[in-house]
Amino acid sequence: MPLTNEIVQSRLTEKFGDILTGWEEPYGMMTFTAPREYNLKVLNFLFDEEDLAFRFLTDLTAVHYPERAGEELCVVYHLHNLVENLRIRFKVFTPVSQPDVYTATGLFSSANWMERETYDFFGVNFVGHPNLKRVLNVDEMDYFPLRKEFPLEDQTRIDKDDEMFGRG
Amino acid sequence: MSDHNNIKLPEGSIGKTTTTLNLGPTHPATHGVFQNILELDGERIVKAEATVGYIHRAFEKIAERRPLYQITTLTDRLNYCSAPINNMGWHLTVEKMLGIKTPKRVDYLRVIVMELARITDHLICTSIVGVDAGAFTGFLYVMQYRELVYEIYEEICGARLTTNMGRVGGFERNFSAAVWEKLERFLKEYPKAQKELEALLVRNRIFYERTRGTGAISAERALNYGFTGPNLRATGVDYDVRVHEPYSSYEDFEFQIPVGTTGDNHDRFIVRTEEIWQSLSIIEQAYRKIQSFKGAEAEVYHADVPEYYLPAKNDVYTKMEALIWHFKIVMGETDIPPAEVYQAVEGGNGELGYYLISDGGRSPYRLHFRRPCFIYYQAYEEIVKGSMLSDAVITMSSLNLIAGEMDA
Repeated sequence: MPLTNEIVQSRLTEKFGDILTGWEEPYGMMTFTAPREYNLKVLNFLFDEEDLAFRFLTDLTAVHYPERAGEELCVVYHLHNLVENLRIRFKVFTPVSQPDVYTATGLFSSANWMERETYDFFGVNFVGHPNLKRVLNVDEMDYFPLRKEFPLEDQTRIDKDDEMFGRG
Repeated sequence: MSDHNNIKLPEGSIGKTTTTLNLGPTHPATHGVFQNILELDGERIVKAEATVGYIHRAFEKIAERRPLYQITTLTDRLNYCSAPINNMGWHLTVEKMLGIKTPKRVDYLRVIVMELARITDHLICTSIVGVDAGAFTGFLYVMQYRELVYEIYEEICGARLTTNMGRVGGFERNFSAAVWEKLERFLKEYPKAQKELEALLVRNRIFYERTRGTGAISAERALNYGFTGPNLRATGVDYDVRVHEPYSSYEDFEFQIPVGTTGDNHDRFIVRTEEIWQSLSIIEQAYRKIQSFKGAEAEVYHADVPEYYLPAKNDVYTKMEALIWHFKIVMGETDIPPAEVYQAVEGGNGELGYYLISDGGRSPYRLHFRRPCFIYYQAYEEIVKGSMLSDAVITMSSLNLIAGEMDA
């Protein structure tokens, strides 16, 4: 029997009960949310169970929702069962004031740089990461640029000296 | 006069018996701006540390203010050896989000462009592996066929390297007679050159000895490291997005997925070489399919999506509605629906993913690129540990590390 979203959902609810919320299926990819303390437990369960076997971490990133008080940062995992060819998306929310999430590097070596990138841009602190430092930005940077409080430069601003940019 | 006692050396550097070598960021062997800090014992690498970010351009942040069409130009600059695949991947993402169904002919035209791009991408990689093993001839020889492919791009969209090709729903114009003429020439002449490149390298004793058994990674480690594309297939895992999640009507084509066994430099080289042949076959099939279209179907080159596809210029000059749509599209004033979508395509280096979150505004709320290069480059430290310095250089080129894709 091929693995389907329904089977994954029933196996997960059987194991974790009501703590998994936000079940959705945007464009066919099953998406759900877990409390942040449970992220490793869920990832481990999905990895270890023989019938689920989500053993390929496709992508790991974060999204910043400044208006969601207490859960501003959302860490998103895209997992793939390559044998059954099924993808799922798994999210954990964390407050921006204390953005601690357990690292997935113990399960996936690929999570190493992906978590570093997420830390680099969003400041998510991956607890237990072996080398959590910036990867794309300079080490001296003291802010997390993909957070929404850093707007891009106003394209209509006129206070720039064009001569400095060779357009004078 | 300098006083030797005043020079501050790092702790332990007098007693240390290994040499630290900076390979990059501007070393010619890296073929791109990234750095490897190697700790060498003689010629053997005892420790490697990879550093990236030298051409980071904050695409994900910039994309948060840009309307859809202005993001296409950002995708060009990811893997610039196969920019059309990135462009098509982005259009496919947008089409998936908007629920646009493209006509079959558009799909086949896209397949031709994407497979041409795959050939140029693999061509660079395979010939550069030759260069790093000491055979420069092959590289220069095949470049004239990459030039021919670039001329085809030029006929399609006007650009060569950063192509910005295609539109949401199809192409900006139909392929001209010159495109088909050049494509036919490519299909006719290129196999000969490819055979010569292979004759130069594949059974060559020096090349074989240099690549066999170096830079190897097992299938388990490769999967754990998130490898995709030719580098994963070289280890023996037949994962290909074109087959597992067909997009752009790839399910209509007959082709094989070449796989290796050992995941070393030689297997990566052979897998890419075989993929070039598969791509050629796919292009031929697509060309035949396109020729078999009759009547109005044979002329269609875009889907009917007036909200996102620029109207014809003569309509813009004469019709009010067309002018309004033109203005709205150019200024990016069409709101996109709230959505959360992930679309993957098989890029030159593996699974190139677009994770797009829209909150209903004119530009994405968040756009994340899954760049295969960035993900598998972290395995480099493990792969080269214990190998010779010269093997590490070949490993770097056979992994096909593209700095633009790594840094986004």
